[in-house]
Amino acid sequence: MSYVHSIGEYFLMIKGVFGRMTKRSVLRELIFKEINELIIGSLGIVAFISFFIGGVVAIQTALNLNNPLIPKTLIAFAARQSIILEFAPTFISIIMAGKVGSFITSSIGSMRVTEQIDALEVMGINSLNYLIFPKIIAMLTYPFVIAISMFLGIMGAYAAAVFGGFVGADLFLSGLQDNFDGFHVIYAFIKTFIFAMILATIPAYHGYYMKGGALEVGHASTTSFVWTSVVLIITNYLVTQLLLS
Amino acid sequence: MIEIKNLHKGFGGEEILKGINFVFETGKTNLIIGQSGSGKSVLLKCMLGLFKPEKGTIEYDGKAYSSFTDEEQRELRTEVGMLFQGGALFDSMTVEENVMFPLRMFTKQRKRELKSRVAEVLKRVNLEGSENKFPSEISGGMQKRVAIARAIVNKPKYLFCDEPNSGLDPTTATVIDNLIQELTRENDITTVIITHDMNSVLEIGENIAFLKDGVLAWKGDKSQIFQTDDKTVTDFVYSSNLFKKVRDAQLKGH
Repeated sequence: MSYVHSIGEYFLMIKGVFGRMTKRSVLRELIFKEINELIIGSLGIVAFISFFIGGVVAIQTALNLNNPLIPKTLIAFAARQSIILEFAPTFISIIMAGKVGSFITSSIGSMRVTEQIDALEVMGINSLNYLIFPKIIAMLTYPFVIAISMFLGIMGAYAAAVFGGFVGADLFLSGLQDNFDGFHVIYAFIKTFIFAMILATIPAYHGYYMKGGALEVGHASTTSFVWTSVVLIITNYLVTQLLLS
Repeated sequence: MIEIKNLHKGFGGEEILKGINFVFETGKTNLIIGQSGSGKSVLLKCMLGLFKPEKGTIEYDGKAYSSFTDEEQRELRTEVGMLFQGGALFDSMTVEENVMFPLRMFTKQRKRELKSRVAEVLKRVNLEGSENKFPSEISGGMQKRVAIARAIVNKPKYLFCDEPNSGLDPTTATVIDNLIQELTRENDITTVIITHDMNSVLEIGENIAFLKDGVLAWKGDKSQIFQTDDKTVTDFVYSSNLFKKVRDAQLKGH
């Protein structure tokens, strides 16, 4: 029953977010601040993980290619497909649920605990709009993060495969272009947009409606990470089923 | 002036406020006192429009809050200043940005005008030179003063304070009490203060409502509270030996 209540509360929150809008000049500033904190601030870790995981995918594929009949171009092909289809949009989103999601929950949760949200309400400000709307807009730029992740993942795969001596540069680049289907990129970005909304709103929900003190802020961050990950995985399955099968 | 008429509010079948009637006067520091759980905070939240009463009315300068349109309610909120127990300053903003916040949200003044008004208010609460500090970089007393500055920057008609001197040392607490009283008189504000600090009652209790179990058990001012024989009040007021001695001294005419 409490799950049903939470789901209902979540959708009422979404309705509230798009209710009475905050002053435009203030919102603009908040959106840029959120882009800086949520997106720009995540680029470093995303770049690092993407490059090295791309490299690992290439090495693992190369080490498992024992049959001489299977062309070496498969290393690049497998790396490209796994990075574009799953690693960049889904795996990075799970990491973002930990990094960005926890930040959103704890920052909004701390505001709840210290009565800052009450202060906004007393002033007659729609706190849902003030706090969550800029995060949603900032997360619309999330596909750029995933594009960078895709690029760096493939670069990592290239570096590991070519400089590691598993395959020549020509064969790698040839494999990279084998059977390329542009819709796979579109599919990945459709997923990314949906994931961006999940990453902005579920952690915000857990922060906004939390009760208690500092300890509960930590608890809310953990719960938020778990639920954001669960919803991401289920959504990933459903979107894949709908768009690819 | 804020007038409460027959106010009832409950939660989960339990009645918290049981028909409160009281007038909070303009230009005076109106105190709501009582033990924990007596309904002080619920009454304040009803007055702020955060809780909807089940019965009764709250009138702001003669007009019932329940009859306000959404637009009128929003307008009223811009006329309200609120000092929260913990200050509720925005951590991510500097002192100046915190104080400027209500002006930025509700006025169309230019940046220079905003800065000038903020400087004026910070000077009034003796915080010149702290503009660029963050709340975490200043003391609890200074945070309270910033919160007062933020509450009065938009020239409110009504000022609500939730235990304004909790967690402060006695000297700073007295400074905060006196500052609130001075600002109330200077700007002719209707100030409502929730407290269970008897020092505040003695310092600034111009119009006191004593709540017990959701009922208005006594009303009067700081001089009358020493003369009452009402046991519910005396049990609360003289729970400290110090105040018993003060009362005895007053009654003896010292």
